[in-house]
Amino acid sequence: MSNTTSAPAASSWRWKEAFNSARRPLGTLAVLILMMAIFVMANPHAFMRWSTYNSVLITLPVIIFLVVPLTFIVVAGEIDLSFPSVMGLAAWFFALVVQVGYSPWLGLAVALFSGAVLGWLVGTSVVRLGLSALVATLGMNFMLRGVINIGSAGHSVAVTSVRESSLATAMTGKLFGVPGQVYWALAFTVFCIFLFFKHRFGVRVQCVGDNPESASQMGIPVDRVRVQTFIFMGFGAALAGVFSVMINFVWWPTNGDGYMLPAIAAVFVGGTPTWGGVGTIAGSALGAILVAFIEVGVVAAGLSGFYVLFFNGLIILLSLVGHRLHGKRIR
Amino acid sequence: MARLIELRDVSKTFGGVAALSHVSFHVDEGEIVGLIGDNGAGKSTLIKTLAGVHAPSSGQILVRGEAVRDWSPARSRAAGVETVFQDRALCPQQSIVRNLFMGREITNAFGFIELKKQVELAEKLMREIGFTSKVFNPHSVVGNLSGGERQGVAIARALNNNASLIVLDEPTTALSLTETAKVFRFVENVRAGGRSVVFIGHNIHHVYDIAERFVVLDRGTVAMRRTKAEIPNSHALIDAMEELAHTGRISGQKSAA
Repeated sequence: MSNTTSAPAASSWRWKEAFNSARRPLGTLAVLILMMAIFVMANPHAFMRWSTYNSVLITLPVIIFLVVPLTFIVVAGEIDLSFPSVMGLAAWFFALVVQVGYSPWLGLAVALFSGAVLGWLVGTSVVRLGLSALVATLGMNFMLRGVINIGSAGHSVAVTSVRESSLATAMTGKLFGVPGQVYWALAFTVFCIFLFFKHRFGVRVQCVGDNPESASQMGIPVDRVRVQTFIFMGFGAALAGVFSVMINFVWWPTNGDGYMLPAIAAVFVGGTPTWGGVGTIAGSALGAILVAFIEVGVVAAGLSGFYVLFFNGLIILLSLVGHRLHGKRIR
Repeated sequence: MARLIELRDVSKTFGGVAALSHVSFHVDEGEIVGLIGDNGAGKSTLIKTLAGVHAPSSGQILVRGEAVRDWSPARSRAAGVETVFQDRALCPQQSIVRNLFMGREITNAFGFIELKKQVELAEKLMREIGFTSKVFNPHSVVGNLSGGERQGVAIARALNNNASLIVLDEPTTALSLTETAKVFRFVENVRAGGRSVVFIGHNIHHVYDIAERFVVLDRGTVAMRRTKAEIPNSHALIDAMEELAHTGRISGQKSAA
């Protein structure tokens, strides 16, 4: 009987594993650096100015709160297209609570709770009723946006009173010249990396997406884990919604609408494959940064705004080709 | 040898059709029993009964000599029976250690996984069945392993529950000779650890090589029982099976259990 591997072999293993587990986000990072290098060469002046980055840093964190939970859903083998409306609805509840005169902190709690409940509702209808996640969540997105339109009659809600609140200081107050939401998004991403790789929840999400029959045979409550990913998505969407209101101090009935395609693109550009079972949280966050900088970069490079969509698509496709080259599905 | 588990005069019917009728079957401690039979002979029903998936329609199940009532998957597991089904229930994109602890993760109070403990236990389990190599370790992805090695993951996982009987459903089907040899080594080591194995196979040569006692099922009944000492080689076993297929009985059948 052979013994355990000898010490030097074991340490070389560790490096190989560290590289293997970081392969997906590293690929995304390489694409991001390459793209930024091209933009900087095209217009060094624009990228020497802090304001170029500042404009991205204000809005980028919002999409991080969507992209990271969405990664859990994709890894579990599901998809969610209802998060833009969940975001809009939860943000609306926040704005209403504040407008009526209650504490913004209560508004935050109400928004997060309602986001989680809406996520549970979406997840339960997909998982327990066995509906197609793609179609059911698309329908849910329309329906919830309809609820917003009916309820708000198209009127926005201004919440300028929160500007001076302690919640504003905590969520969006500047620290070392960087808006607070950047720190929160970073902390959220780091926490979710641990949740994904080190926590029972994340590991079970990966097993369920990998092979649901096996996971079920080994005693993992597959349906419950799937619903939990949708609850988490609803929570993240609510957080994104509150942040978006805290940045503009106004809630629009279209809140969240523009995030669907960039968020989905960021997950796949980041290196999480479509087939489930494996994924990368750091990659998704990097993917969100990449997507956010495309528009800025294209315009700063001196091209007209008409080129933005073209480069958006080009970079999505190039990233997918790159991920395809180094990561085939293991069966 | 002490008796580990015994099915006594067990029948199982599905909507009036008898999948098993008056089957008596036992496994002693530390032995490898080969279970043979054509498709539809009742092998699946028998192992699912052992696993507690099916409760017998009539008859008794005894664990270490004592009759157990309300036979269920939980009772079966409590008795130390672990079944490795043919699909092996693995997640190919996950690591060996993640597969070994799937659904039974070792975590702290907050649900975070104690990876170090899991890896140590995984190495111990893998060593126990001789499932070690310089080209993989507990962090290796299961999908990159060979068929025999994947069987090793499933067997090591079965040991993790402190099993005293491991039921292997066609573990060598579709495996090459060298891969089959690996699985045989795992099975021998399981037995060397004082545990018992029920080895189910289509390939009678494989079953003959690894098992020391053979039970042949035919249309829901036990058609033949032999010890290895009674059968000179695998061809004699095949001849007896062919006779069974043509005549429905085997000459020189002993009635002793």
